[in-house]
Amino acid sequence: MVGEGILKGMAETARNFFGSFVSKDRLTTVQYPEEREPRIEAARDFPFLVYDGADWQQGMRCVACQICEKECPPKCIFIEKSKDKKPDANGKPQFYPAVFNIDISVCMSCQICVEVCPFDAIKMDVDYDLSTDDRFGGLLLNKQRLSKSNDYYRRIHPTEAAEVDARLAGERARQEAKAKAATEARLTATAVQPASGEPR
Amino acid sequence: MSTATLPTAHFDLEPMTGPSKEQLLELSMGPQHPSTHGVFRMKVVLDGERVVRLKPVFGYLHRNHEKIAESETYLGSMPYTDRLDYMCSITNNWAYALAVEKLAGIQVPERAEYLRVITGELTRLQNHACLIGFLMQDMGSSGTPLMYAFREREKILDLFEALTGARMMCNYMRFGGCRVDLPAGWLDQAKKVVADFPRFLDEYEQLLVSNEILMDRTQEVGVLSRELAVSAGISGPMARASGVDYDIRKVDRYSIYDRFTFRVPLGSHGDVYDRFMVRLLEMRESVGILLQAMRAVPAGPIVDPKMKIRGFRPRPGEAYGRIEAPKGELGFYLVSDGSPNPYRYRVRPPSLINLTVLEDLCVGRNVADIVAILGSIDIVLGEVDR
Amino acid sequence: MNLEAIKSEIEANVPGCRLELVANPSPSGQHSLRTGAEHAVAVAVYLRDAEDLRFDFCSNVTGIDWPSRELSEKVKVRKLVDGVEQEVEEVRKTTLAGSLEVVYHLFSVEKKHGPITLRMRTEDRDAGVHLPSLTPVWRSAELQEREVFDLFGVVFDGHPDLRRLLMWPAFTDHPMRRDYVDPDDYEYEPTAHDEVLRRAQQHRSETDGEHPGEAGER
Repeated sequence: MVGEGILKGMAETARNFFGSFVSKDRLTTVQYPEEREPRIEAARDFPFLVYDGADWQQGMRCVACQICEKECPPKCIFIEKSKDKKPDANGKPQFYPAVFNIDISVCMSCQICVEVCPFDAIKMDVDYDLSTDDRFGGLLLNKQRLSKSNDYYRRIHPTEAAEVDARLAGERARQEAKAKAATEARLTATAVQPASGEPR
Repeated sequence: MSTATLPTAHFDLEPMTGPSKEQLLELSMGPQHPSTHGVFRMKVVLDGERVVRLKPVFGYLHRNHEKIAESETYLGSMPYTDRLDYMCSITNNWAYALAVEKLAGIQVPERAEYLRVITGELTRLQNHACLIGFLMQDMGSSGTPLMYAFREREKILDLFEALTGARMMCNYMRFGGCRVDLPAGWLDQAKKVVADFPRFLDEYEQLLVSNEILMDRTQEVGVLSRELAVSAGISGPMARASGVDYDIRKVDRYSIYDRFTFRVPLGSHGDVYDRFMVRLLEMRESVGILLQAMRAVPAGPIVDPKMKIRGFRPRPGEAYGRIEAPKGELGFYLVSDGSPNPYRYRVRPPSLINLTVLEDLCVGRNVADIVAILGSIDIVLGEVDR
Repeated sequence: MNLEAIKSEIEANVPGCRLELVANPSPSGQHSLRTGAEHAVAVAVYLRDAEDLRFDFCSNVTGIDWPSRELSEKVKVRKLVDGVEQEVEEVRKTTLAGSLEVVYHLFSVEKKHGPITLRMRTEDRDAGVHLPSLTPVWRSAELQEREVFDLFGVVFDGHPDLRRLLMWPAFTDHPMRRDYVDPDDYEYEPTAHDEVLRRAQQHRSETDGEHPGEAGER
């Protein structure tokens, strides 16, 4: 019969059309922006700087080592190292970034900065509603806009954040154990010292 | 400044119709055109509806990717390779990683090979689904088959987002393996998607394969002979539709493809219909490979433990590495001089080379056939112009 | 596939050709054959048609720019210094002439072997940039040789339609050469580094900070 192939195809279209009323599988439209699908956990959009605690300047993990700046393929990160040092989470004085800019109109979300950061200071955010009408500075995120807390990180990437927290806590515990062993060794040395230094 | 002298008769600044051929009409299809798969321009000379001459004009999406790679490190070029054939970012990454591994002699652990095959074949599935949808769309089906294809593609893109973090610009391969391991539950979700795929293929075949309009518009249109295909360097499904039995997965046996049984569909006519059917059949074969691979993923590291992310400096030398990308033979030619940046970085783009024969296929046909033929060649301008 | 054996076979069958085996130090083991320009087409035809070779698939055609290099080496010379003959160290500079190289990667669809890498060098990078086109042998070289002409400047004699591929027709200069300087169409870039930063500072000193938000300003 002429047109049989077309009729078979139309039967297929009808099956999809009527099926979309009964089966969720065939109804795939999401009425964005009123409805939004939940974000998949591993999604990445643009980087942000993680800080521990409540004060974003005090708790920032970044020590301005500038490795992410060097490895960034489109060179969208700009860092200026500070002249002074401030104590980090372990109490050790470290440099911090006086200026940390990311130009997100250039950033291609490749995540290489996250991969190479040795301090878990920069991670990927999931926020994409960043459009602006300011042509010259609107898409240049500075240190303050980039800093978000570790609690936020735990909310957007729970598995990753749990792993990072566990690793950092383990390192902190190792550092404390080493410091305790060092002080104990010093105390026992001073305790023994008077005995050997006694004048004969 | 160029001191080279050009031979005469080039077609860019002068119109293609001479003063004696007033009946001929010169038309510019593109660069803004809904069916040219990107910013692609064709200068077409028509005699009524019949095509007399056709000259493609390239370069509208030229982003000097090869020059940028000379100032980036080897790893820094990896996100740029995502953006070559932007529909299939994972296979682009794979070809580049393969070339660098050949250059530096890096071994890939087994689990990483399985992950590469799984993500690579998923990429092939979503690319062919896209192509068939777009081919239907270009021939005027107002979007319905396209949306059915995209519905399946969305499931695969969700898998990519759960694994790599991004739907299309995956940046997944590293030299010596993959960047990130499978999250919990990913393999089960992937098995479900792949198990549902043949049902979609059956529905699609019922919708299209014996459709009279499709058959009239695509059979005996744009016939590519076997000899011309080999001589013109055509590769991939376009060559196989013309009867060229050459699939790089079977010839080079790169990665672990020799462990899987799959067939290579061949066409006999070399027309648009054959290219379309070859891709449908290739999707079924890909589903077979995926089912075999997902059953047997071993445990182990996903990247060569000796490889560091920073400070990679291969020895001086060169290497050409190629894979069977969904569009054809995607190759990377790297020349290293011992520094962290490549000395010469070349992408062998299947889409550009498959376009060598566009004029031969279109001359003598109607204007409406140009769109069908161009759609069946499967080009992505990011790859053509780099 | 033994490249030495193939080289001898070609030299035996194509009279007068001069082939050179270029070793590839990387682990890939892909050594190449360098051919002179006069017999390149004959060598290519032999590679394509010989019964045991049948390299009918030219997969990749690309160019490489080797700019001229100056080598300086210290040599000991006997010279007259204050009337006494002594051995003195002198720095001798030699200039290696630059050239453009075209590389062809060949495979065989019939025999399923490959790759073979074929290379050709131009005489220099200015006027002597003519090389024979291998498009009459393999049609796939058509668009790729156009690209090498466009981006490197190698003129292929015998190409059916040699014009620019990726750049627009009125463009002069060849962008993929190592000494290419891109035009000074500097635009605002907030996170400038290295070369871009140098140009931005140069622009700022010339225009005296007319534009808002120049690179480096916080």
